[in-house]
Amino acid sequence: MRNFDYKLPTSLNELTDMLSHDAHTARLLAGGTDLVVAMRGARITPEVVIDTKRVEEMNELSFNDHTMILGASVTCRTVCRNPQVVKNFPALIDCATLIGGTQIQNRATLGGNLCNAAPSADTIPALIVLKAQANICGPHGSRHVPVEEFCTGPGQTILEPNEILVSFSIPLPPENEGAFFIRFIPRNDMDIAIANAAASIVIDSSGETMIQGRVAIGAVAPTPLYVSDVEAVLSGRAITDEVIAQVADIARQAAKPITDMRGTVDQRKHLTHVLVRRAINGAVNRARGSDR
Amino acid sequence: MNRQQITATINGEHREFLCEPRQSLLEVLRDELFLTGTKEGCNDGNCGSCNVILDGTLVNSCCIFGVEANGSHLTTVEGLSKGNELHPLQQTFLEGTGMQCGFCTPGFLVAASALLDENPEPTEEEIRHWLVGNLCRCTGYDKIVKSVQDAALILRERAL
Amino acid sequence: MNDYVIPEKLRVVGTTPIRPDGHDKVTGRAKFGDDFHLPGMLHGKVLRSPHAHARIKSIDTSHASAFPGVHAVVTATDFPRITSNVIDAGEAGQIDMQDVADNCIAREKVFYDGHAVAAVAADSAHIAEEAAHLIQVNYELLEPVMDVRAAMADDAPVLHDDFLPGAFLAPTEKALPNASKLELAMGDITNGFDEADIVIEREFTTETVHQGYIETHIVTAQWGANGMVTVWTTTQGQFAIRDQLALVLEIPMSAITVIPLEIGGGFGGKDSIYIDPLAVVLSKQSGRPVKMVMNRAETLRATGPSSGTYIKARLGVKTDGTLVAAEFHGAYEAGAYSGGPVAPGVSTALTRYNIPNVKVEGYDVLVNKPKVKPYRAPGATPSNFAVETMIDELCRELKLDPVEFRLHNALKTGDQLVLGFPCPEIGGVEILKAVRNHAHYQSDIGGPNRGRGLAYGFWFGAGLPSSADLMVNSDGTVQLCSGSPDMSGTRITLAMQAAEALGIDPSDVFPSVGDTASVGYSFQTVASRTTFATGIAVYQAAQDILAQMAERAALIWQIATDDILIDCGHFLNKANTQQCFSFKELAGKLDSTGGPIAARALASPEGVGFQITAHLVDLAVDTETGKVDILRYTAFQDAGKAVHPDFVEGQIQGGTVQGIGWALNEEYFYDGAGQLKNTSLLDYRMPTILDIPDIEAVILEIPNPGHPYGVRGVGEVPIVPPAAAIANALYDAAGIRMDTLPMTPAKILDKLNSVTN
Repeated sequence: MRNFDYKLPTSLNELTDMLSHDAHTARLLAGGTDLVVAMRGARITPEVVIDTKRVEEMNELSFNDHTMILGASVTCRTVCRNPQVVKNFPALIDCATLIGGTQIQNRATLGGNLCNAAPSADTIPALIVLKAQANICGPHGSRHVPVEEFCTGPGQTILEPNEILVSFSIPLPPENEGAFFIRFIPRNDMDIAIANAAASIVIDSSGETMIQGRVAIGAVAPTPLYVSDVEAVLSGRAITDEVIAQVADIARQAAKPITDMRGTVDQRKHLTHVLVRRAINGAVNRARGSDR
Repeated sequence: MNRQQITATINGEHREFLCEPRQSLLEVLRDELFLTGTKEGCNDGNCGSCNVILDGTLVNSCCIFGVEANGSHLTTVEGLSKGNELHPLQQTFLEGTGMQCGFCTPGFLVAASALLDENPEPTEEEIRHWLVGNLCRCTGYDKIVKSVQDAALILRERAL
Repeated sequence: MNDYVIPEKLRVVGTTPIRPDGHDKVTGRAKFGDDFHLPGMLHGKVLRSPHAHARIKSIDTSHASAFPGVHAVVTATDFPRITSNVIDAGEAGQIDMQDVADNCIAREKVFYDGHAVAAVAADSAHIAEEAAHLIQVNYELLEPVMDVRAAMADDAPVLHDDFLPGAFLAPTEKALPNASKLELAMGDITNGFDEADIVIEREFTTETVHQGYIETHIVTAQWGANGMVTVWTTTQGQFAIRDQLALVLEIPMSAITVIPLEIGGGFGGKDSIYIDPLAVVLSKQSGRPVKMVMNRAETLRATGPSSGTYIKARLGVKTDGTLVAAEFHGAYEAGAYSGGPVAPGVSTALTRYNIPNVKVEGYDVLVNKPKVKPYRAPGATPSNFAVETMIDELCRELKLDPVEFRLHNALKTGDQLVLGFPCPEIGGVEILKAVRNHAHYQSDIGGPNRGRGLAYGFWFGAGLPSSADLMVNSDGTVQLCSGSPDMSGTRITLAMQAAEALGIDPSDVFPSVGDTASVGYSFQTVASRTTFATGIAVYQAAQDILAQMAERAALIWQIATDDILIDCGHFLNKANTQQCFSFKELAGKLDSTGGPIAARALASPEGVGFQITAHLVDLAVDTETGKVDILRYTAFQDAGKAVHPDFVEGQIQGGTVQGIGWALNEEYFYDGAGQLKNTSLLDYRMPTILDIPDIEAVILEIPNPGHPYGVRGVGEVPIVPPAAAIANALYDAAGIRMDTLPMTPAKILDKLNSVTN
């Protein structure tokens, strides 16, 4: 590995200063499960690595009446063990418990997963359907971007070199809402998703009709995709296999996968349909309270 | 060279060492501290041979820079036994032939000890889920699962 | 051929003592390849070709040599062109040592992505790696060929102008620019097929797989000031490493000492040199010891995976289920240099059935992939996959029970093999009956999309030379030193055999593994031979010890040696059994009766037992995704005699899970340019602990009379039938017949879709 300078700021200001100094040659380090491996493989070669684990704002996990603030450097482990996250955001638990095994989850972060911007990232579809906002800070102030707009291509994000993803703001879900994440891999764990999908559905009080819904799919396009067309289709519709299949069809059409060593175009399109159906069913079950 | 001085408590002992930022925690443990029980199997977080416990959590030391461990508490496989007294997991792996070549064994022992610290009565499903990040190529895992179950029993009996 | 009278009651063999090397392994104290350090040691790194097929026009190492911290840089020019390159390697036929040398560091041409081109020794591995990147290599790209059929086609790129035909277990003859061929036959297949009521012909392809040992390859070498070389390494065969180094570097064998460290898995892949000669020459040039580690990507790219194949097979059967004719054609990848497992692959394809008319034909095919190496029953898994799925198809067509069909056709002791000799004592029939009687076979499979599959598998065993030294200490304990590296517990199984033979307690026997300067020649720990062949050497050495000790007792009692009765570790005067020494007591009297006692045996035994097994698997398949979940698995195997039953069980479970990985997910992905894409365990997908259920091992014991305790090898055959068993279960579950390995979800989905369409 090429050598580099390691810096450990203890405040967001200090981090912002360091980053503006070294913007084009620095990378931020949280859990390191992606960065260390990429550096070892010389796919990323920073001259400076800035460790974010002592920056309070990036490591907080807090709730107010409407929103959860999830620091970008909070680990999957912390997320999974927080009772309020378990209660309010089971879809985040879905994805945080299947990123690569115990050891990885103990270090990996949702912020790191987003900034790594892999098309197959397992936490991004759930964040999208949960309407998460990315809170970004830079030398010129802050901005907030919906997660579905954050990734621009494989490994590419809207972050400027001197900007930092500080945290996520995720609105607490309304009553009668359920969200679910599912992925397909060839083994039972430790694989990159061949396809993945998340759905959040709000149902009416009878439990038979969908009022609102969001669907996101991953590993089937250069970035995780928010499938905006489904909103119109499922709003006000009965929860039946036919309607769910229709929604899944839309998602399949939105998918633009490639064939690579992990999967083929046909397989991925097919899986998109299957996973979106299963995600919606899972979300509906949660909304109906049968999983709570 | 930009070697940094790092201090950590390793297996209960205060240790100080120098390392370059590019040296992983795994490299530091093995090459600077000569704690060679922790192994390199893949160097990219996929096999668990490099497992250690860092500030109470199970991690792949190959995916952590040595400098990140400054001020931390670490447990390696060498720290599982107390003098000549083996940890129950070490005992059951021995008696239950939970190893063949023995190379992945330190990783499994550390990982399983972290499991039993958190969950003293794991089901077989929970054991397999917890250890999914630890690869073994020799045993087919059967006897590893049984060794962990046997050790859990011993620890529970001791706690009574 | 030695036929032993196997004792009815065994005292030690068959028990489960704790292995003496176990404490060090559970505490992290055991020294594996990378755990060895020498003061002043340098670290070496290799520069590898990114091209699958190219001519090397020039190499400029000047920038690497000038890099701070670098002590030596080598290329092929630092290695001799071998004068007597073709050597006779006994059962492996003739080997071209120039091939072995060129595989370690490319001379003139590179033949696969990852082929070593240069190596650097520096103060740290990081520095060596940085410096290696500064070496400039000028390549002239050549078209690669990556597939056996493409390599055998008329317009195929040719790898070598000439090559020695491969001869691993049986010789081949050069037949095509990239392939050599072998043929075996018995009976008359034309008549045979005429007699058949049903004939089916099927084609199969299987992908390249790797042994996947968790510890990679590591070597530390020291070129001494006196020209003596010492090598510390993780290996299955310290003598093989020594001999290969001697031949490749053209230095005397006695000038090299290879010290085997603990080995973290091998499965056949650690029997040859890779970075060893590079480390030795770097040490010579730098004047310092040099350690070299192959990382995971290098191990996958540039060691010895197992062959991908193309197979075409034809089976002819009568309506009563009698197999009358079989024709098997298999093309097996040899990789960059000839000598892959085509011979054992094709000759085990049908060997477990007694078929009168058989023809097998095999091609050893050069392709631009690393040279293949043995992987646990080399060549047998693909051929078993082909034949056992065809057998399953025939059973269904004829509406015959799969166990009954196999019993009807089962190879029995004395039946003629296609290799030209009769089958030794084997428990194939007993195994099939055990399947029939087992709760798993009789249970209800339950649930939709679930299926059950059976497959029957065979593998050879081996004798080959093994050395064992026994030394009696005056306190009655015994030291056992053998030349067999311990991959999985053979130290204790050898100690148990010594204890059994000597009539003492296994805790009084202290086993160790010797280096090449300290113990007699031993062939590698391969081919399921150690407990058998090294066990026989141990047994013979023990007989020698007993004879010598009897002489001492005779001396003490002033009687003839013939008058001594040896009974379970005791020496008695036949005429007066009150006169009796225990082993310990007599050991205490050795110094005063002529001095210490030691014995050495070097055995190359015949009487090898073959391996036979049946596997039964239940699985569920998600027909929307193609995902397979293994629900239940039972493996039935004849162990001859299980010396340490827990270890035998472990061999069965471990080999089975490797076979499951081979069946479902493991394969090498090469792109169009011949570059290996999955160089990480992320995408080279081996089974995790969550991917498989408990594996039940049913051990039968039909003793092998060729071993004093009935032992036959057990380690390899477990990997042979899982793929076929799973394929047969998939048919049962979802009506799809798989003809490729691995049976990934994508391929299963494809088959499901083509069946519904």
